[in-house]
Amino acid sequence: MVDEILTIVLDGAIYASWLFIVALGLTFVFGVLKILNIAHGGIYALGAYSTATLVPIFYSLGMPEQLVILAMLVSALAVAIVITPIMERGILRRFYGQDEVLIVLVTYAIYLVLEDVQKLIWGMNSLYVSEPRELLGALEFGSLYYVGYDLALIGLAIFCGLFLWFVLNKTQSGKIVLAVIHNPEISGCMGVNINKVYLAAFFIGAFLAALAGSFTAPLISVQVGISVAVVIESFAVVIIGGLGSISGAVIGALIIGMARAACVHKLPEAEIFIMYFCMAGMLIFKPKGLFQGAQARKI
Amino acid sequence: MRLVKLFVLLFFYYSSSFLKAEDEIKIGISTFLSGGAASSFGIPLKQSLEFMFNAINKGDVPAPYNSPGIGGKQISYFFIDESGGATKQVQEFRNLVQRDKVDAVLGYVSSGDCMAIPSVADELKALTVLYDCGTPRVFEDASYKYVFRTAAHAAMDNIAIAKYLIEKGHDISSIAGINQNYAWGKDSWKDFSVSVKKLSPSSEIKNELFPKIFSGQYGTEISALMNSKAKVVHSSLWGGDLQSFILQAKPRGLFKRTQVVFSAGDHVMPGLGNKYPEGVILGARGQYGMMAPDTALNKWFYKSYMDEYGVFPAQPPYRMVQGLMGLKMAIEKAMEKNGGKKPNKDEIAAAFKGLEFDSPGGLVQMKLGDGHQAIQPHAIGTTAKDKDGNITVTDIVRYKASCVNPPNGIKAVDWINAGFPGADC
Repeated sequence: MVDEILTIVLDGAIYASWLFIVALGLTFVFGVLKILNIAHGGIYALGAYSTATLVPIFYSLGMPEQLVILAMLVSALAVAIVITPIMERGILRRFYGQDEVLIVLVTYAIYLVLEDVQKLIWGMNSLYVSEPRELLGALEFGSLYYVGYDLALIGLAIFCGLFLWFVLNKTQSGKIVLAVIHNPEISGCMGVNINKVYLAAFFIGAFLAALAGSFTAPLISVQVGISVAVVIESFAVVIIGGLGSISGAVIGALIIGMARAACVHKLPEAEIFIMYFCMAGMLIFKPKGLFQGAQARKI
Repeated sequence: MRLVKLFVLLFFYYSSSFLKAEDEIKIGISTFLSGGAASSFGIPLKQSLEFMFNAINKGDVPAPYNSPGIGGKQISYFFIDESGGATKQVQEFRNLVQRDKVDAVLGYVSSGDCMAIPSVADELKALTVLYDCGTPRVFEDASYKYVFRTAAHAAMDNIAIAKYLIEKGHDISSIAGINQNYAWGKDSWKDFSVSVKKLSPSSEIKNELFPKIFSGQYGTEISALMNSKAKVVHSSLWGGDLQSFILQAKPRGLFKRTQVVFSAGDHVMPGLGNKYPEGVILGARGQYGMMAPDTALNKWFYKSYMDEYGVFPAQPPYRMVQGLMGLKMAIEKAMEKNGGKKPNKDEIAAAFKGLEFDSPGGLVQMKLGDGHQAIQPHAIGTTAKDKDGNITVTDIVRYKASCVNPPNGIKAVDWINAGFPGADC
């Protein structure tokens, strides 16, 4: 019994940490730019592809294998550096202040374009890059073996969440971002360069999406179509936690991760709809999510 | 005068397109060109067809397919993307038939699409060859005049694996399964678990998992399967899902701790190479790839495909080629009867019904579904490393078509439940 509970908690935590890293960027971009970025899934896929491309090059250069994590970080960073000016400066900036539905459609269009970009660059064949997953070995928990890399994802998720929280709440730049979140017009009047804040916020969101893809690549067969499930599941997380809330994303990811793990182990037939059940329940009883408080309407 | 010129131009345009239509066989092909099934199914299928259409048009295929084209008529073809779900496919199918006016539609990997298309095909009187999908229900729950499936349904895959486990003395006292949550996965698990229970009534089902298709993350499912301590884990996962499952399960020791069987596990071998685990029992949905028979037709196909694409052909190219060969034989048989004219759809359908034809995977017999559903011989093997350290398939057992397929008129699951009456092994 203890073994089973431990397994459910570990499986739930691993899945939740993956969900959290993906959803963190999505919720942060919404919080600052008020954009529900469907293309987030496309950036995730680009992160996975760039890692699947860069890591074999890294190995072929004879670099020490412990540094492969660095190659994965670089590939995520490269995706964010390339995609941010194109998306934020080139496209999204033209739609700020417009109807939210229109912006969602724009990001959906970008998502479709990114799918085709993947086909154009990498073709239709699967890419595999499982070597980084062997780096940390396997650990025994109860009667099961867990791969160290999977457990390290929990650490990565905690680090990402804490780092973003620290930057937002304990640094001057973070406080400027918070000011923009609360009221971009007044922040602008006080001398804040809103465009720069938007660019930086989008860059962080894109980096987190690419980072999630980059660290997921060793677990999966990287191929066109991997972004679909990611978009849906990260939306579920931010809907449960509340759009724009980091602590909400933590709780949302934990709820879905743990509920899913419990279902797979104890009630497998419920696994397919548990995420939607949690999401629907939240929309019925707390439509704005767990961590989004009431906001005064601006006149 | 202008009116006369226009009339003459239109006359020539329509008569030339009519003559062109008479001189060629136009085939519309639906397969996955995007999404999770493209890499392991759609692209190898597309490659094999392009290669085969060229070979058939030139008359390069060994006998009995060595006449150029189909009945002397050149094949023209084009592809459409199967991704997007059954509703979209029904619309695409209507476009192929009504707008593009194809002579035949060759298509469908997804069991969901194969369930949705046949009724529309009969409504439009459109000759349709289902070349790959697995669910037995297509011809078990209904009958169609213009629809044919040129490959065996999935019952064969799972019955043969259950028989193999018993014959090879594996411990099947407890079983568990991980299969996708739609027609293919559900039917595969039902056929396998019922077969095992029939062959070994004391066998216990420990765990039945049905993750959604293209979920990609299986960490929790792997824990649940390992916790269940089942002696055998069955899976009909395919494409990216199967690749991800293997990559995630291998370092966690699932393949060492339990006997894993993949009912359709060969098609990811070209991609995964030596990442594929040893000791896995697998089927290829027929005698395909590394389990193909030693015939002249197969030797030609295997070598030509290797030379063309640099990898060995797994099940998707074999099944697609099988569909094309069946169509060629049916059209040529219909032409023999009508004096060599281009046959109409009724003539082709009549010729297709009950047809028997050779394929690289062995003899295909359209014996089920009142002559519309194929049966074929099957093979099951176990993965092992060869002397060079490469993954290969060994310990292969071959099964006659009549040993692992139900007789006409009996549903697969009823046949299994009845203890395989009339099986000729």
